[in-house]
Amino acid sequence: MASYSTNQFKPGLKIMLDGDPYNIVDNEMVKPGKGQAFNRVKVRNLMTGRTIERTFKSGDSVEGADVMDAEMQYLYSDGESWHFMNPSSFEQIQTNAQVMGDAAQWLKGQEMCSVTLFNGNPIAVTPPNFVILRITQTDPGIRGDTATGGTKPATMETGAVVRVPLFIEEGSLLKIDTRTGEYVSRAKEE
Amino acid sequence: MTWRPTASRSTLARRGDILATIRAHFAAAGVLEVDTPLLGAAGAGDPAIASCAVDVGGRVRYLQTSPESAMKRLLAAGSGDIYQLGKAFRREESSPIHRCEFTLLEWYRLGFDHHALMDDVATLVARVLPEVRLAREPLSALCARAGAPDPHRATTGELAAWARALGLQMTPQDAADRSLLLDLLLSEVVRRAWPTGGGGFVYDFPVEQAAYARIRPGVPALASRFELVIDGIELANGWHELADVDEQQARYREEERARQARGLPSMPPDPALLAALAAGLPDCAGVAIGVDRLVMLACAAHDLDDVLAFGRDQASETT
Repeated sequence: MASYSTNQFKPGLKIMLDGDPYNIVDNEMVKPGKGQAFNRVKVRNLMTGRTIERTFKSGDSVEGADVMDAEMQYLYSDGESWHFMNPSSFEQIQTNAQVMGDAAQWLKGQEMCSVTLFNGNPIAVTPPNFVILRITQTDPGIRGDTATGGTKPATMETGAVVRVPLFIEEGSLLKIDTRTGEYVSRAKEE
Repeated sequence: MTWRPTASRSTLARRGDILATIRAHFAAAGVLEVDTPLLGAAGAGDPAIASCAVDVGGRVRYLQTSPESAMKRLLAAGSGDIYQLGKAFRREESSPIHRCEFTLLEWYRLGFDHHALMDDVATLVARVLPEVRLAREPLSALCARAGAPDPHRATTGELAAWARALGLQMTPQDAADRSLLLDLLLSEVVRRAWPTGGGGFVYDFPVEQAAYARIRPGVPALASRFELVIDGIELANGWHELADVDEQQARYREEERARQARGLPSMPPDPALLAALAAGLPDCAGVAIGVDRLVMLACAAHDLDDVLAFGRDQASETT
């Protein structure tokens, strides 16, 4: 893998730090009139999602991380593994609950997901921004109940629980924003 | 292809006013305006500054990174108080507050020490930024306030531990490099010393960061150097000039050693400058101010593009 000098740093560059792949979120060069320049960077650990700050001597080099995002279709889960397929090569990969994280609760099959691969292995899965799911259980709404902000919990067919307006009924199809986990609208039956 | 200026007409007018204000300030004080060559026989010796080399027809000349060398020759020749308002060039500098080509104001006052020169800088800055109140504190006080190590007394190990806690990626050599660790301390502490909208002078630097400033003996010994910072932006760097030619030569040799240690090309000082210093520099203090940054602060801009006629043309390739 190529190494990158600090003057190539920019948001989005993937680098290796302490054995983990990181994404540069923010890069600020601090160059005084006299003396050594430094790069103050905010980096996000692609394995854990944690963001930290690091400082580099300007001119130093860092090893690049072999990280890429692949568009893959989610096939199925057997409870332990989640299986994905590259739709052009038909190559299949599998991953586990830890890597799936919150993504698992939005997927029922066939969705195109962004799978982040580090040295060819999946380290993160990003579901589509919007998914259409059916409600399998929700209580009937009680008119005039404003104590809960006019919403009630609904369990979706994938197991995810979403707050929905009181008028929404069991069995409805809903459009959900997976980035916020929030109800967007009702969806039409296909 | 956009050929239009990056600065508005009103900003260019403000810039013109500021240049006139600067010249009026020095005319009133009887300081002579000088205009020395941009092409010099030597580039900057400071290992942290890279010079642009220019082919002038079979010979290499260097675009000056500041007019210091030529102005010191004038001082040694008996010019008296002098100032210069012109362009300077530093290779590989590019950011919202850095440009390879920039406008620098540099001046020297005879018989001034660093405190008298800070007064002069404050008077000039007040004419351009009348609403800014400038503090004046020694570096050790800023460090104490920030919970950072004492730059004069901390051991190199203590400085390295502080740098590590800040997230500095260090090799074992870096962790033993006191000068490097102090550079980080300075840049972190000084930038955040005063709240947004304010600023001040920080003075009395550790001897490792003396640059070409006099060192006052004592415990600790202190370099008679200062910086001016406003809104977290370094605006000026100045000092009570070293007059001892042997000490000056030793600092040049130290720069050359540091260049070699970092694998940088050798950059010995211009022999004409060495001869002038040997003839004798008068007792004086000198300072340089980034004029583009001063205009930026006066216009409440956040990018040099907004205050330069053609800002993007001046950015180096890395942007």
